[in-house]
Amino acid sequence: MSATQSHGHAAHGGHDAGHGHHELPFWRKYVFSVDHKVIGIQYAVTALVFLFFGFTLMMLMRWQLAYPGQPLPVIGKLLGENAMPGGVMAPEFYNQLGAMHGTIMVFMGIVPLAVGGFGNFVVPLQIGAPDMAFPRINMASYWAFLAGGILMLTGFFVPGGAANSGWTSYPPLADIATAGQTVWLFAMVLLITSSLLGSINFIVTIVQLRAKGLTFFRLPFFVHAQFVTAFLLLLAFPPLEAASVMQLMDRLAGTSFFLPSGLVVSGDPLRVAGGGSPLLWQHLFWFLAHPEVYVLILPAFGIVAEVISNNTRKPLWGYRSMVYATVFLGFMSFVVWAHHMFMTGMGTAMSTFFQTTTMIISIPSVIILTALFISLWGASIRFTTPMLFALAFLPMFGIGGLTGLPLGLAPSDIHLHDTMYVIGHFHYVVAPGTIFAMFAGIYYWFPKMTGRKMSDFLGKLHFWPSFLFINGIFMPMFIVGMAGVSRRLYDGGLDYSHAQGVLHWNAFMSVSAWLLGLAQIPFIVNLFWSMRKGAKVGANPWEATTLEWAAAPSPPGHGNFPEIPTVVRGPYDYSVPGAPTDFTPQHHDLVEA
Amino acid sequence: MEHTDPDSIRRQTKIYVAVFAALATLTIVTVTVSYLHLSAVPAIAVALLIASIKGSLVAAYFMHLIDERKAIYAILILTVAFFAVLMFVPSFGNWDQRILR
Amino acid sequence: MEIPYTVEPRPDTGLYNAKLGIWLFLASEVMLFGALFSSYVLLRTGAPVWPHGRDEGLNVPLATLNTLILIASSVTMVMAWASVKLNDRKKYRLYMGFTILCGLAFLVIKGIEYAHKFETHHYPSTNTFLAIYFTLTGLHGLHVLGGMIVNSYFWGPGAKLFARDPERFGNRIEVAGLYWHFVDLVWIFLFPTLYLL
Repeated sequence: MSATQSHGHAAHGGHDAGHGHHELPFWRKYVFSVDHKVIGIQYAVTALVFLFFGFTLMMLMRWQLAYPGQPLPVIGKLLGENAMPGGVMAPEFYNQLGAMHGTIMVFMGIVPLAVGGFGNFVVPLQIGAPDMAFPRINMASYWAFLAGGILMLTGFFVPGGAANSGWTSYPPLADIATAGQTVWLFAMVLLITSSLLGSINFIVTIVQLRAKGLTFFRLPFFVHAQFVTAFLLLLAFPPLEAASVMQLMDRLAGTSFFLPSGLVVSGDPLRVAGGGSPLLWQHLFWFLAHPEVYVLILPAFGIVAEVISNNTRKPLWGYRSMVYATVFLGFMSFVVWAHHMFMTGMGTAMSTFFQTTTMIISIPSVIILTALFISLWGASIRFTTPMLFALAFLPMFGIGGLTGLPLGLAPSDIHLHDTMYVIGHFHYVVAPGTIFAMFAGIYYWFPKMTGRKMSDFLGKLHFWPSFLFINGIFMPMFIVGMAGVSRRLYDGGLDYSHAQGVLHWNAFMSVSAWLLGLAQIPFIVNLFWSMRKGAKVGANPWEATTLEWAAAPSPPGHGNFPEIPTVVRGPYDYSVPGAPTDFTPQHHDLVEA
Repeated sequence: MEHTDPDSIRRQTKIYVAVFAALATLTIVTVTVSYLHLSAVPAIAVALLIASIKGSLVAAYFMHLIDERKAIYAILILTVAFFAVLMFVPSFGNWDQRILR
Repeated sequence: MEIPYTVEPRPDTGLYNAKLGIWLFLASEVMLFGALFSSYVLLRTGAPVWPHGRDEGLNVPLATLNTLILIASSVTMVMAWASVKLNDRKKYRLYMGFTILCGLAFLVIKGIEYAHKFETHHYPSTNTFLAIYFTLTGLHGLHVLGGMIVNSYFWGPGAKLFARDPERFGNRIEVAGLYWHFVDLVWIFLFPTLYLL
């Protein structure tokens, strides 16, 4: 891994003298490393692999949706007679693909990349710290993630295949589902453990290890975003862990936490004590899963804020408002969860409460998005590859957010719940939303991690088709959903008489998805090529103000900073009147040029 | 602010013993009350009240919360708020049906 | 490269890293057990009938003894910490040893309770009361076991740090103590909820 190969050399120049620095063996330096930069890259690479795998699952699903009942050439036979008899997708396999796609993308793809990857690599550098507060716990959290991720994937190989009750694992179905669901539950316990260890580390690091002069309101917005995200993970995941234990008890110990009395399965009454509540699972699941979606978006806001301020050569507009909005958002995210449950027969009191809180929570999101838009006003925009992705994020997240409003209001949700409209809504936020922000982050911080720049040409070749095709997949989902096509339907609505007029969109969306897959090839090529052959850069090729760029080499060495910086100004002092350059690093006084 | 000089520690150990006595007593009390077979609401109220007092003593004196830092208080207050939400909100579900009944 | 504030507290927050860390962990544990308590509330309020602990074979006197044992272990734990602060290695070993023994006694009694329940055909699958009883006490028991393992390490091989760096060791005992007190705290609420109400 060239990042850390060169880190050894870069470090020697400015390394603190007199400290006995013994070279670590290969497996301690690159495999069982406690260095946040190595761990961050491990997280990022692993997460990207899982992301591409999850994407592949979806590309398979989209064949079935575009051409229901048609054999899939070549690949169909490779997947075996259980999953694809005669090359035609079995409904049970479709359900596995659906449940695993969601699970993998959310828990093994985006969060580990956004928090484990970017958070780990960037946060200590941005706060002027030599590493995270607990380096060994950091390492443990990565390995728990990897173990959980691998365990999750083994679900495909157990009798009955992988988990197939949706990423939401609702009982009673999940309680009585095939063995893959048990694998899912154990894997989730490992993934949640990883997350908890990580979130503790982030909070302690940000509170305790900030460099001298780095007060809370001088922190880059990215750090604020990660800070609030860590609190969400810390306090929201445990109820899902408890629920997973209870579902495991139901499946393995015969309890009836989630099984109501009198349940009949395939004509036979289920021989359990009963007396349980499927709704209990939903409450506990969504208590996590709603804050989880803010975990998915906050780091993205953070990355976009960094990239925008750097490429507009202006301070962020409304930085303080953005910080307050983020904290308020984090708090509110804990009291909106049952807007996912409007159709469960809740009374008007509960429904009113959650509609109100849901409408309120849209305010901080709008504040943040507006501040980012206004930050572009009067700017000297550099259309670098990261900036393209960051700019695209803004309207895409806007669409995602706006389409959430009819879902958050119970009367309209009656029509839209569990339709493809919902899929369109959340994918807009997460795919051209968060994932675009992740790409922005990769292009932006790749030079810091490796000391080389990625190809701008390949970057643009990645961006434009991706932007086009991603809209091609998700925009029609609103149309199809409003026409009444349900989600998780193996035939894409083929048997619905009311959906006949919109069925043609299925093939359109599928082709867009496959083309989107192809559009990632320039990115993958770029990554591997640039690691070896990319143009070498110095510490601060983007001419940024924040500490990771201005005070540490590319890549940073052991301990990160040749001299621990003292911060004297805010994070976005671009174009300060009277300054010699259009950026003034956080640790520079204006007197010295 | 923790005083960790020897005299403070010795004073604190006296407090620890006193707290233990209180906790043991309250345990006996709560068990005794349970044998009175009070009806549901008073039984729950008394049991939770005694448990809260015991818990507060452990938190305040054994866990030194009584003179802990603001940051810790802030985290705990936040947690208690969300804990309360988790405990009580799911039961709102059929509040209006219960009223109607 | 030294991580700052591992032993001496950071001036503006007044905390050393591990203390903040353990309180954050305990906050997450509040939410974990809170979710189970919340489940108890939802299941109980939704049930047409809910048994009393005694009717399901729960042994109140034995559990009361267990409660007192755990409370005692909590006192000895904080006394162990105080002994480290007073640089009294002998007292530290005595108090920490007693803490570990109390933990062991707690688990043994729990084991006896469970065995008796299984003998009389009271399983988690029997009804939702027993399901939540076994889950709550089982998870709590696992936490007791975890604490005992950590405490045993600090009583045994980990105690070498006492001589080398007593302040750092004191911090570790304080952090282990906070966890142990929390485990006691959970039981303080578990006991009346499951056994007395």
